[in-house]
Amino acid sequence: MNDLFQFGAIPAILLASGLTYTLRLGGLLLADRLPGSGPARRFLDCLPGTILLSLTVPGALHSGIEGMLGLVACLLVFLRTRNLLLTMTAGMAGVCLFRWVGYFS
Amino acid sequence: MKEVFKGMQANIPLAVSAIAYGGIFGVISGNQGVSWAEMLTMDLLLFAGSAQLVMIEMWHSPIPVLAIGLAVLIVNMRYLLIGASLQPVFDGRPFWQKALGMHLVADENWAVTIAAHRNGGTCPAFLVGGGLLLLTAWTFATITGNLLGGQIVEPERWGLDFAFVAVFAALSLSLWQGRDDLLPWLVAAGLAVAGEHLLPGKLYIALGGVGGALTAVVLEIVQTKRTAAAGEDTIAQLAVIGKEEDR
Repeated sequence: MNDLFQFGAIPAILLASGLTYTLRLGGLLLADRLPGSGPARRFLDCLPGTILLSLTVPGALHSGIEGMLGLVACLLVFLRTRNLLLTMTAGMAGVCLFRWVGYFS
Repeated sequence: MKEVFKGMQANIPLAVSAIAYGGIFGVISGNQGVSWAEMLTMDLLLFAGSAQLVMIEMWHSPIPVLAIGLAVLIVNMRYLLIGASLQPVFDGRPFWQKALGMHLVADENWAVTIAAHRNGGTCPAFLVGGGLLLLTAWTFATITGNLLGGQIVEPERWGLDFAFVAVFAALSLSLWQGRDDLLPWLVAAGLAVAGEHLLPGKLYIALGGVGGALTAVVLEIVQTKRTAAAGEDTIAQLAVIGKEEDR
């Protein structure tokens, strides 16, 4: 048992998991109590877009010029095909290409 | 059941990159002295990549239980908002579906589900299908990496670090609802970038999300007032015209 779980491991994992699950379910149950129209509804409607953007933009900026070029490439592919697997492949291939070109030049 | 498979299918690209990342993450966890059993418990109970990364960085004996709890709370604060944004998907569903489904929410299947919901509706089973696929991929990859150990390959060389950005940017495009979104989106992006430098953990995601959505609310209130004011003007003008006609 001591080899598998060191002292304090189980309490730490249980605490972290409990908090995370409370946040996940708590957000949903709180939103259930919000009124179905008016400002609260507009807030919830807008939330997916603003969260997704907040997840994406800092990472995109960190990826530098190559990342920006790759991003343009993959957004074009997505607009043409609406296929996520192709979009991801195009983005990765684009970034690889631009990085290797930058590496050798 | 059909929706579960559809959800799995829609999340395949993200599962591929989760395997790549999970493998590297597993190797790091092994080097940090995290056992495979500890890793497996984290994968199944916590199921949140960035929080797990923070945990294994703090995994020194004696394990700082409370500090880990606080760090995970900060990193995962965004799940409060992510949970709230899933309200339309779970609307009218029984509590047990909410209680089971919400455990399987990761950034990836959340984003795919919200996009699918906007493009013609979806159901909790779709979300759960994606979650099960990601959980399987993530667990398989992290445990394999943890047990095998060895050299860490550079994910940057293969553009793997970019896979998430590519998919999430594409999903953002499909969430665009029109010109009213422009200012809230700009505010969200600006706050996220600023918050990343100023705030601990992943709090910048919550900051950008809340700030952007609040901007939309304020905009709507201002617009409603303006329309109402314009309406009063029209009534006043009609009254003037009416009086002139009386003469």
